[in-house]
Amino acid sequence: MAYSEKVIEHYENPRNVGSLDQDDEAVGTGLVGAPACGDVMRLQIRVNEAGVIEDAKFKTFGCGSAIASSSLATEWIKGKTIDEAATIKNSQIAEELSLPPVKIHCSVLAEDAIKSAIEDFKKKRAAKQALASQ
Amino acid sequence: MTLKFPIYMDNHATTPVDPRVLSAMLPYFTETFGNAASRTHAYGWSAEGAVEGARESVARLIGAESGKEIVFTSGATESDNLAIKGVAEYYQSKGNHIVTTTIEHKAVLDSCKRLEKQGFTVTYVNVGADGLINPKDIEAAITDKTILVSVMLANNEVGTIQPLAEIGKITRARGVLLHSDAVQGLGKTPFDVRAMNVDLASLTAHKVYGPKGVGALYVRRSKPRVRLAAQMDGGGHERGNRSGTLNVPGIVGFAKACDILFEEGVVEAERVRGLRDRLYDRITSELDAVVLNGSAEQRLPGNLNISFAFVEGEGLMMAIKDVAVSSGSACTTASLEPSYVLRSMGLEEDMAHSSIRFGLGRFNTEEEVDYVAELVIAKVKRLRDMSPLYEMHKAGIDLKSIQWAAH
Repeated sequence: MAYSEKVIEHYENPRNVGSLDQDDEAVGTGLVGAPACGDVMRLQIRVNEAGVIEDAKFKTFGCGSAIASSSLATEWIKGKTIDEAATIKNSQIAEELSLPPVKIHCSVLAEDAIKSAIEDFKKKRAAKQALASQ
Repeated sequence: MTLKFPIYMDNHATTPVDPRVLSAMLPYFTETFGNAASRTHAYGWSAEGAVEGARESVARLIGAESGKEIVFTSGATESDNLAIKGVAEYYQSKGNHIVTTTIEHKAVLDSCKRLEKQGFTVTYVNVGADGLINPKDIEAAITDKTILVSVMLANNEVGTIQPLAEIGKITRARGVLLHSDAVQGLGKTPFDVRAMNVDLASLTAHKVYGPKGVGALYVRRSKPRVRLAAQMDGGGHERGNRSGTLNVPGIVGFAKACDILFEEGVVEAERVRGLRDRLYDRITSELDAVVLNGSAEQRLPGNLNISFAFVEGEGLMMAIKDVAVSSGSACTTASLEPSYVLRSMGLEEDMAHSSIRFGLGRFNTEEEVDYVAELVIAKVKRLRDMSPLYEMHKAGIDLKSIQWAAH
């Protein structure tokens, strides 16, 4: 299968590979996919008091398109508020990377990873607020 | 010597034509170009003479009694179709049951599926975790309606060499015909149709450094005499078994490829085995969590099928694009299922996704092996640094304890 230049570029020079401290209350973690399906993405965000994503990191088990989709996702969400980041659609990722139809699921997974990380962060924030109001 | 990229390590898919084979073929395109079926002039007689000589070469390599037992075809897919459908049609009054295995080539499996639609019943015997068929399972599957057993000599993905001699004893004792798709094992592991009681065998030239588009079906002529219903109608070539003008240059090339293997096959197998072992030893000395798929002992000398846990196969192939190999990962095929052979062996899907098949052959060198080993080691390490699964594994998390959402 021939990959688009953008997929190859992200695959060879992935942005934001790594980990954030999962136990940090400012960090949200999204772990999506399944080993049996051949893709697992873990996307993490660090959110400041203003609700802006200050940092994002990923690690991905998957094909080149999956790695490129998660790399691009971290690049796009950095500097955005969590509400802005939540509006990113898989179709935008697929279009940017020129993913062929059989690789669309990679972009779907990246969108899920963003949403899952934001949800995790919101859950933590709500738990913290509940604790503070007690 | 400088390396030529990409380095070819996919010799189970096809092989380059040996220059000696090509030289043998060339005159048959331009000078001795006659139709082997032309009985009225010297052009035809020369072509026919070349084909008859070629039959003997192929027969000699597989221990057949005579060249008359060799039916030339367009390749092993046609040979498998002719053997299975031809036997089923001819012997249908004797029975309607066929026994085969879950790891056969698609040409065998899909021929069987077609017969199922026509009223035949087929038993698909599964392999063990080592990729080997247990002959007792074949024996248990045979009924009084069974007319044919089809078991490959060696598997194309994991290179496992099946216990054909033992299976042959069973089929002979039960009076059932035995067909073997011998494509992958030919010239690489001992194969003797008489010693193993094989009645039909599918062969192809392009896996043994011959040209594409030519193959053969061995059809036993005595004890027992095997009969086939032809699947192609026409001029009645190949003793009525396979109509169609013979591919004389291809057949001559196939014969030359067989002669080379007859002379050099044993020595070559040892050399290729040495290269394969060198590749495996290098990789496993530097990387943890590498699993060999299929039996280590009953294995083709050039086959190395390994899973790199926590790394996805297609992602890895992209990283090692300087090497031509194949993967059991679903992502490399149109279907979304990972390799049915690896799944038959009970391999977890994630490990099937992480598998790479290296197929070493005649033209690989030690220098190439060393280059590939270093490349694979470096790229697997890089991808593992990017893999959430490897990080979890290192942190002592059991990946099976996690509720993954299938997608």
